[in-house]
Amino acid sequence: MVLNFNERSPFTYLMCVICIASLGYGANVMAFEPTSTSPSKLPPWSQVEDTDPDPDPGETTQAVFTLNYPRIQIPFEITLWVLLASFAKIGFHVYHKITVWVPESCLLISIGLIVGGIMHSLHEKPPAVLTSNAFFLYMLPPIVLDSGYFMPTRPFFENFGTVLWFAVVGTLWNSIGIGISLFAICQIEVFGVQDITLQENFLFASIISAVEPVAVLTVFEDISVHEQLYIVVFGECLFNDAVTVVLYNLFNHVAALEVVEAGDVFLDIGHFFVVGLGGTIFGALFGFVTAFTTRFTGKVREIEPLIIFLYSYLAYLIAELLAISSIMAIVICALTMKYYVEENVSQRSCTTIRHVIKMVGSVSETLIFFFLGVVTITTEHEWNWGYILFALLFALLWRGLGILVLTQIINPFRTIPFNFKDQFGLAYGGLRGAVSFALAFTLPDSIGRKDLFITGTIVVIIFTVFIQGITIRPLLKLMNVRKTNRNQETINDEIHKRLMEHTVAGIEDLCGQWSHYYWKDKFMKFNNRILRKILIRDNHPESSIVALYKKLELQNAMEVLDQMSGDISAAPSLISLQYVSSISRPVLLFSEVFETTVSYTNKHTLPDDITAREILMRRHTSLRRSLRAGSFHGTVCNTIYMRALIYTGYRKTKKNAKSYIIIYIIYTLLNMEMRVFDPFLALFLPECCKNVAEVFLSAHGPKFEL
Amino acid sequence: MGSTSSTLLKIPNVEVLMQETGFSPAHIIRLHDRFKALDKEGRGHLCPQDFGAIKELAMNPIGDRIIGAFFSPGKETVDFHTFVKILAHFRPVDKDRPKEPNSPEPINSRSNKLKFAFQLYDQDKDGKISRDELLKVLRSMLGMQVTEEQLESIADRTIQEADLDRDEAISFEEFRKSLEKVNIDHKMSIRFLR
Repeated sequence: MVLNFNERSPFTYLMCVICIASLGYGANVMAFEPTSTSPSKLPPWSQVEDTDPDPDPGETTQAVFTLNYPRIQIPFEITLWVLLASFAKIGFHVYHKITVWVPESCLLISIGLIVGGIMHSLHEKPPAVLTSNAFFLYMLPPIVLDSGYFMPTRPFFENFGTVLWFAVVGTLWNSIGIGISLFAICQIEVFGVQDITLQENFLFASIISAVEPVAVLTVFEDISVHEQLYIVVFGECLFNDAVTVVLYNLFNHVAALEVVEAGDVFLDIGHFFVVGLGGTIFGALFGFVTAFTTRFTGKVREIEPLIIFLYSYLAYLIAELLAISSIMAIVICALTMKYYVEENVSQRSCTTIRHVIKMVGSVSETLIFFFLGVVTITTEHEWNWGYILFALLFALLWRGLGILVLTQIINPFRTIPFNFKDQFGLAYGGLRGAVSFALAFTLPDSIGRKDLFITGTIVVIIFTVFIQGITIRPLLKLMNVRKTNRNQETINDEIHKRLMEHTVAGIEDLCGQWSHYYWKDKFMKFNNRILRKILIRDNHPESSIVALYKKLELQNAMEVLDQMSGDISAAPSLISLQYVSSISRPVLLFSEVFETTVSYTNKHTLPDDITAREILMRRHTSLRRSLRAGSFHGTVCNTIYMRALIYTGYRKTKKNAKSYIIIYIIYTLLNMEMRVFDPFLALFLPECCKNVAEVFLSAHGPKFEL
Repeated sequence: MGSTSSTLLKIPNVEVLMQETGFSPAHIIRLHDRFKALDKEGRGHLCPQDFGAIKELAMNPIGDRIIGAFFSPGKETVDFHTFVKILAHFRPVDKDRPKEPNSPEPINSRSNKLKFAFQLYDQDKDGKISRDELLKVLRSMLGMQVTEEQLESIADRTIQEADLDRDEAISFEEFRKSLEKVNIDHKMSIRFLR
C-alpha cells in the first residue's frame, strides 16, 4: 500500500500541477487578452483600478495597487508556455517507466492535446507564436544547431556518401512519389478533391516527407544499435531537413505560378544545387572564421560561448538573406568549428557551450511538439477521409519502398552492407515531427486547401509518432538488430586500430587505388600542416593515442581515490586530531591513498615511504592552513593537488634524475585541469609543483634537472 | 572479352589462384596489370626496391613493415601468386559463402586478417609481441609528438591491459582477445577488392 502511494504521488502531483497551471493560465489569458472575444465580459481585474467610479480629470487619485498587464504581456506569456512545457518534461521523468516505453514526443503531444482541450473549452485561441518568422528565425536554428554540433564526426564522414544518398535522393523519391500518387487520387471524383493541382500535391508531399530523428535516436541509443544505422538515421534527418525546406520553397514558388514550363523546372533543379552547395560552403567559411576568432579569446574567456552562438546564428541569418540553405549553413558551420573551437576554448566554456546548445535546442523541440498538441484541438480542421488516409498510406509505402530500392543501389559501395533488419529499422524509424508541422503551419494562405493540408500533416505526424514511436522499440529488440561494439575504450584498441588504418592505407597505395582513407589521410596532413597553425592558439598536435592514454591514466588514478575514500573509518591515520577539523576529507586520506597507490602499482616509487609521507603531510598541512577549509578554491586546489600526487605516485620512476619529466607531467596535468583562468590557481600552481619537487628531491637526492 | 581471357591464360595456375583467394577474374586481371606496372624491369617478380618506389608507401609510418610482410622469410622476391595471396587478406568477408566442412579457412577470414596484423608487430616471428617490438611500432607511428618516457608508459600500459598470462608479451591469443569487440572485417578490408 505504501509503495503504491509513493509511486503514484509524483504522478498525481504532476497532473495537478499541469491542470492548475493550464487552468490558471487559461483564466489569466481570458482575463487579460486585450482583444477579448466577448466585449460584454468585463475583465474582473480591471475593477481594482476603478477605485474612483467618476474619475475627475482635475484630481488624480493615487491607486494603492495597480496592475499593468499589457506591458509585460508578451514575455510573460512566452515564459509561461515554456515553463509549462518544462513542467511537462520534468513530470515524465518523475515516473520513469513511461519514458522507456513511450517516446517523449508522444507525451508532449498528449499534454499539448490536454491543454488544447482546456483552452478550446474556454473558447480561447492559442498564442500566435507559430508564424513563419517566429518559426524559421527563432525556433528552428537551435534545433538544427543542436543536431549539427553533437553529430559524431568520424562515423559521419565515413558514411558521408550513404547519408547524402539517403537524405537527398531519398527525400526527392518520397516527395515525388507521394506527390504523384496523391495527384492520381485527386483525379478520382468520389473524393472530391479535384481542385488540388499537381504543384500543391508536390508541396504537401514534400512537407510530409521530412523525417525527425529525436524519438528514434533515443530508442536506438537505448538498445545500442550499431553505429552505422545510428549515424545514417541521424545524418539523414539532418540533411533531409535542409532538402525539405529547399523543396518546400521550390514548390511554394512553383505552386504560385500558373503555368510551369520545362525551362522553369531545369532552373529550379539548378537552383536546388546552388542552394545546397552554397549553404555548405558558406557554413564552412563561417566555421573557420569562428575558429579563428576563438584563437584570440584567451584573455576574455567569458564571452567565448557567446561568440560561438553569435557566429552560428549569423551564418544562419545571412544564409537566409542570400536565400541559400540556412540549415546546411548552420550545420556545416557547427561541424567545422567544433574540432578547432574545442581546442581553443577553456574547459568551462566548452561545457557551457554544449549545455546551452542542448538546452535551447531541447526547449525549441519541446515547444513545437507541445504546440502541435494544442493546435490539433484548437484549429479549424478540414477532414477528407480519402485524401488524408491515402496520404498516410503513401507516406509509409513510399518510405519503405524508397529505403529498399536505395539500399540495394548503395550496398555494393559500402564496406558493411545493410541487411534487411537494418533496412526495416531505417524505414520504420521514419517518424515525422517538428519540421513537418511547422512547414504545414506556415503555408501561405493562397493555397486553397491549406486547412486540409494542415490536418493531413497532423494526422501523419500523430500516427507515426504514436504508433511507430511506441512500437519501434519492442520490434527492434525482437528482430535483434546488430548491436554496437564500442563499449569500452582501451589503449589496445586505439593502437591496433591505428595500425590497421595505416596498413590499409598502405595496401591501397600499393594497389594504386583510392578510397576514403586516402582522402582522410590527405586531409589530416593538410590539417596538421596549415589549418591547425592558423586556427588553434597553442598548437600541440596530440595524437589520439596519447590523449586516450592520459585520459585512462587519470581515470585509473581517480578510481583508486574513490575506492579509498569510502574506507575512512578503517584506515589508520597519521594526522593528529588537531588537524582533523580544518582539513577536508580528501586530505585526511591522502596518506593512505598514497600508500595504496604505491602498493597498487607494485613498485615502490620512493625508497623510504615513511619519511616521504611525513614530508608530504607536513607540506600539505602547512599549505592547508593558508587556505580556508571550506572554500571552493580550497577544495579545488585540494583535488588537483591530490590528483597530481596520485598521478606522480602512480608513475614508475625507476630511473633517477628524471624529476624534470615528473614536473612536466604534473604541470601538464594541472594545466589540463585548470583550463579556467583563475588567478588564485595560477598562483598555486608553482607552489604545488615546488612541493612535489621538494619531496622527490629529498627522496632521490639532489639530481634535479630543470 | 578476348583480351581478358588471353591475359588470364598467360598467368600460370590462375584457376587455383582464384579458388584460393576468391578473387574474380576481373580483379585478377587488374592486379596483374598493377603487378606489371610495379615490376618496371619486367622480370616477373618484385624486389624490395620496386615496393620502395611507391612514394606514398614510403611515407607510411609502417610502410617498411608492410613491404616486409610480402616477403616470406628467406625469399627475396615476390611473384604474382604471393602478391595476390597477400592482397587477398584484404578482401571483405563473404557472408553468404557456404561453409564446406573440409575446405581450408579462406584467406580473408577474420582470423587470418588478425594474423596478418599480428605479424606486422612481430618482426622476429616468435609468436609474441614483446615490449621492444611494441615500442618500435609506437615510435614509428607516434615518433615526433611524444617523449620516450611517454612512449614507454604507453607500451607498458598496453601490455598490462592485454597480457593475461603475465609473461610481459602479447601472444596471438591475447591479441585476438583484446580485439574481440572491434569489427576487424570493416577495418581490414578494402572495398574495391570485393
